[in-house]
Amino acid sequence: MAKKRYAYFQGCSLEGTAVEYDKSMRVVFDALGVDYVEPEDWSCCGSTPAHTVDHVFAAALAARNLSIIENMGLDVVTTNCPSCLMAFKKAQYSMENDGTFKEKVNELLDEKYNCGVYAKSSLQVLYEDVGLEAIKNRVTHIIHDMKAAPYYGCIMNRPPKIAQFDDPENPTSMDRIISALGIEVCDFAFKLECCGAAFGVPKRKMVNELSKKVIAMAVDAGANCIIVACPLCQQNLDLRQEQINQTTGSNFNIPVIYFTQLMGLAFGYTPKELGLDKLIVSADHFARSRITKQEYLEREKAKEQEKKAKKEVKKQETGEEENP
Amino acid sequence: MRVGVFICHCGNNIAGTVDVKAVAEEIRKIPGVAHATTYMYTCSEPGQDEIKEAIKKYNLNRIVVAACSPRMHELTFRRTIEKAGLNKYYFEMANIREHISWVGENKEANTKKAIDVITMAVAKVMQDKPLFSSSFKINKRVLVIGGGVAGMQAALDCGDGGLEVVLVEKSPSVGGMMSRLDKTFPTIDCSICILGPKMVDVAQHEKIKLYAYSEIEDIKGYVGNYQIKIRKKATYVDWTKCTGCGACMEKCPSRNAYDYFNFGVAPTRAINIPFPQAIPKKAKIDPNYCRQFTKGKCGVCAKICPTKAINYEMQDEIVTEDVGAIIVASGYSLLDIERLPEYGGGRFPDVISGIQYERLLNASGPTAGHILRPSDNTEPKTVVFVACAGSRDKSIGVPYCSNFCCMYIAKQAILTKDHIPDSQSYVFYMDIRSPGKGYDEFTRRAQEDYGVKYIRGRVSRIYPKGKKMVVRGADTLLGTQVEVEADLVVLGTAVLSNPDAARLAEKLHISYDTFGFYVESHPKLRPVETNTSGVFLAGACQGPKDIPASVGQGSAAASKVLALFSKDMLESDPAVAKVNINKCVGCLKCVRTCPFQAIKENQLRDGRIVADVIETVCAGCGVCTSTCPCGAIQLQHFTDNQILAEVNALCQG
Ligand SMILES: Cc1cc2nc3c(=O)[nH]c(=O)nc-3n(C[C@H](O)[C@H](O)[C@H](O)COP(=O)(O)OP(=O)(O)OC[C@H]3O[C@@H](n4cnc5c(N)ncnc54)[C@H](O)[C@@H]3O)c2cc1C
Ligand code: SF4
Ligand code: SF4
Repeated sequence: MAKKRYAYFQGCSLEGTAVEYDKSMRVVFDALGVDYVEPEDWSCCGSTPAHTVDHVFAAALAARNLSIIENMGLDVVTTNCPSCLMAFKKAQYSMENDGTFKEKVNELLDEKYNCGVYAKSSLQVLYEDVGLEAIKNRVTHIIHDMKAAPYYGCIMNRPPKIAQFDDPENPTSMDRIISALGIEVCDFAFKLECCGAAFGVPKRKMVNELSKKVIAMAVDAGANCIIVACPLCQQNLDLRQEQINQTTGSNFNIPVIYFTQLMGLAFGYTPKELGLDKLIVSADHFARSRITKQEYLEREKAKEQEKKAKKEVKKQETGEEENP
Repeated sequence: MRVGVFICHCGNNIAGTVDVKAVAEEIRKIPGVAHATTYMYTCSEPGQDEIKEAIKKYNLNRIVVAACSPRMHELTFRRTIEKAGLNKYYFEMANIREHISWVGENKEANTKKAIDVITMAVAKVMQDKPLFSSSFKINKRVLVIGGGVAGMQAALDCGDGGLEVVLVEKSPSVGGMMSRLDKTFPTIDCSICILGPKMVDVAQHEKIKLYAYSEIEDIKGYVGNYQIKIRKKATYVDWTKCTGCGACMEKCPSRNAYDYFNFGVAPTRAINIPFPQAIPKKAKIDPNYCRQFTKGKCGVCAKICPTKAINYEMQDEIVTEDVGAIIVASGYSLLDIERLPEYGGGRFPDVISGIQYERLLNASGPTAGHILRPSDNTEPKTVVFVACAGSRDKSIGVPYCSNFCCMYIAKQAILTKDHIPDSQSYVFYMDIRSPGKGYDEFTRRAQEDYGVKYIRGRVSRIYPKGKKMVVRGADTLLGTQVEVEADLVVLGTAVLSNPDAARLAEKLHISYDTFGFYVESHPKLRPVETNTSGVFLAGACQGPKDIPASVGQGSAAASKVLALFSKDMLESDPAVAKVNINKCVGCLKCVRTCPFQAIKENQLRDGRIVADVIETVCAGCGVCTSTCPCGAIQLQHFTDNQILAEVNALCQG
């Protein structure tokens, strides 16, 4: 069977504030042999500003891209940004289920869209199509001192009717990928809490407070790193972390990295290759402290043996006590 | 042939959108119609009298009433013309209300349609044949399905009325949901103290035969003569020997069995007696947990039992009972808290359901009546109750109100204060529904005397923070978001029908609504009857209902059965299928399609095989008539000729 080819929709954030997400995803896709091509002449996905004003117009913006992809003969588009993802999924859902809506959208397009392209987040592609087993096998380095809080953000899995992926209230796909990398995952209650999203511009204070809650919960849960899958979440938690500290009197210093960057680190890539230098709160120490899988396994083995030996000693001691 | 047609105004119900006078004029022109008139309320006494007088005056021999649905008044008018000396099947009803005046606004179109419909009825009535009922003996025993408070009330009332009662209960003990409750609103009297004596009465009543841990396998027959197959499920304990001493339960090494009675608040043993007041108080093995079944070895209880009651080889047993009427009182079930993931149902041990909390409050529950939260067995100081957890929520598939959660939440909040005086309870609610006698006073008492804080708004999320559960919701009266840090959260979960409700309904041939609750014959006037004669409803199987309403319905259903059984003979409906043996080729297709097993094979004297309808069993559904390749089987009162006459009348009009 020919290898599945995905259309990769980069989206505007990934060209700007989140280049490191784009960079690291490409590294990880290549490392795992995921075949992807980019549509030419892609345009705005129709997210936030458009869909708050006009649903047909927003869907048309999304469908324009989908129709380009359809004409490339591809049926799955993958994207990193949850906003792009939901813009595509919503357009697809509404057009598939409502004939008049579809007509209205198509009226605005040069090239009619026939609803043949399904959107999947890069997380979903890695989790479902590549699979945990393949990810596990590709791991070369273990970040043994990381305690990760997986933060999905509010829109990736919701509403479930449209998202059709993972659990809308307690998603676990990213948790499982992190575990597959051999990294400890914290029990984090605010996986889906709102970070404040794009309100950072009009209502900075509110966003600072909301993001603070997320970080505080992660720290409370014992995490020393927050793993994200959304450019906007990353920006609010990382870029604004200092702002949060200043406005709310907190004192956070916790790296916020993309799950693809984390995968890259576990696959042995350099911080530079993964755009780790783009982070505001540095995560470089995790790159330095990682050890090779082999070393890790040896360490674990040694620990195991030490435990056994201790048990043995204890047994002998208590045994001696029993028969003086 | 002299047909009389009576067209009803039904006040303004019909006359408002149908020109009844014009209709009468048009109908009068039909050949064979000797008299056509209109009347304000045909079903009233003077209305019926007018029909009787007209029959004499105009020498009428066929009657059509154009009014409401035949489900409403067909029987009434049949009786009227019978009193006037006509065969009661020389009667047709044309439905010009539900089918015309109530659904169409265009008077002209309505009038035309009414003329069509009545013309059809006139054509049919001219083809009608006189039919005669035969009568048959009633078996004056009654089956009660479900031994909750409604079923027990019905059984006791029937028994006290002198009827023999067969009571079938699915679980190992009677008592239903009420036996799990601690106290009951609005009087805060102890649930088991008022229920226990009823349970004992059921066990000791000489007229009541109790099948516990049994289910209905199959129902055959018709009102007056049902044959019931009952499956007695294997308990692996010989109940004739078991004394209920409980020695087995103490010694059973399988300590992690799911406790159905306590809704999983704590585990139980693989062999158990569900609760101290259980009736019957007998032990039962759960083979999903018993080591003898899961691992093939153990046998501890068999060794320990002083009366040698344990029998691992026991099989289900099928028994048959004959009865004449059935009361269904199979109760309800509750929404699984796992269906509420935003509240962490099933994920966080300190988020529990109302019924689980009831068990924590109960002196014979797993915590001996001390409120201890599941995660760490400590006493909670802040308890949050969430009303409408799943109810009135279309996304859950429960658009309806669960009826009694508002009330039991107020009760549980009061009891919390009684148990833990320095505790504080909060209730998140949409609106407080407390319309019963003394109910509103009760919910006020919770707020005013017990200091329960009521917050009007929905909870959006519950999440753990250290040892606390943070309940976040809206306070819609203050217009703010609120967060309450709770030690324990109790969800007032939605009331659902039983998972097997539809299956039971199909066995009984009764209808159920979209949600699986059984449908009464009339929502106001026939609340405990069903549309299947001989089958009655009681309690929460018909819809969410509290104890007073369930008990009331139990007694009502019993009185209906007693009234039915006050006669010795019942009249059969002659509108049933009939085989023309001259046309029948004996293929017996009808025997296989009849859903009521009402057709049997019959050998004629010349050896020829034909089909034969058992008149009393036939429900008159007509399935056989469309199956028969020869047109040999005809439904009386709905024969091919009668229906074709209607079609012809319509097409010619
Ligand atoms: C947490 C909680 C607290 C409550 N507190 C109060 C209160 O304080 N006051 C009050 O008035 N009401 C209260 N209620 C409501 C009360 O439980 C019901 O009103 C009452 O139990 C209804 O009785 P029932 O007999 O109709 O149904 P159930 O109690 O459900 O009994 C039905 C019986 O039928 C059996 N059954 C089911 N299916 C079958 C079958 N197919 N074949 C044979 N048997 C079957 C069941 O095992 C059960 O024994 C409370 C409910 C809850 C959940
Ligand atoms: S089975 Fe035996 S031990 Fe168990 S309750 Fe019955 S009599 Fe007692
Ligand atoms: S289907 Fe008709 S022909 Fe066949 S057995 Fe029944 S009545 Fe007779």
